[in-house]
Amino acid sequence: MADQENFAEDTSEFMGSLYTAALRMTRNPSDAQDLVQETYLKAYRGYAGFEAGTNLKAWLYRILTNTFINTYRSRARRPEETELDDVEELYLFRRLGNREDGIGRSAEDEALSWITDDEVKAALESLSESFRMTVLLADVEGFSYKEIAEIMDVPIGTVMSRLHRGRRALEKALHDFGVARGLVAAQ
Amino acid sequence: MNGDNYDSSIDCREALHRVYHFLDGEMTAERRDQIARHLERCAPCLRAFGFETELRKLIADKCRDEVPEGLRLRIASAIDHEHKQRLKTGGMAGGTEL
Repeated sequence: MADQENFAEDTSEFMGSLYTAALRMTRNPSDAQDLVQETYLKAYRGYAGFEAGTNLKAWLYRILTNTFINTYRSRARRPEETELDDVEELYLFRRLGNREDGIGRSAEDEALSWITDDEVKAALESLSESFRMTVLLADVEGFSYKEIAEIMDVPIGTVMSRLHRGRRALEKALHDFGVARGLVAAQ
Repeated sequence: MNGDNYDSSIDCREALHRVYHFLDGEMTAERRDQIARHLERCAPCLRAFGFETELRKLIADKCRDEVPEGLRLRIASAIDHEHKQRLKTGGMAGGTEL
């Protein structure tokens, strides 16, 4: 059992990543702030029920995710998953990474160096909700499939298929930004 | 990438198909070794894995936002308020709705 007296100290280090996640989920700084505040209040109230020593970050993310789904999702609803059948695996690599310039690993940095922070955020935010949250939890926060399944309350198989499709969609979105800026050939 | 079979147990197609699971660390040690052995011998696949590694790192690095100072203060004050309410009502305020 966790001690409520230590709540602020125990949880403050996660505020940055929770706020980042909230921003990607709500796509709106004001909603994101409300969401994080609500998450911390709920976590504080339930902290006595948190088993000390288990995964505190995953526990906080579960509250964040549930709060988002219950409070904001109906407002921010978007059309469900876009058709991705035409987006193949390794979408970006096949377009940018397969250059035979023989200079080793630096070629990879070079091929991606044009991508800005805002473009990564916008690409992630362009994904439909379930893909966006799954990719965020895996690729930005580094949660395991099992942790994501628990946070989002879905089977591990669902996590894997969302990641698979969501990552392809993310790569295509990044590629589209490159094309739009004239930095990357259309095909 | 050229479809050649560099290793008796795994080919390029299979290695590339598993790149995400490999980077996610979500595979058995045996499968991991198979892929590592393939990558030692296959420069095109190694390049693909390197590219995906860089891409993953870039996404994680470029997706960070600073917490506004006002939010930290707001949360501290909301929790403080909640704490005082609890003391007043003998710890019965709020609930444990998760």
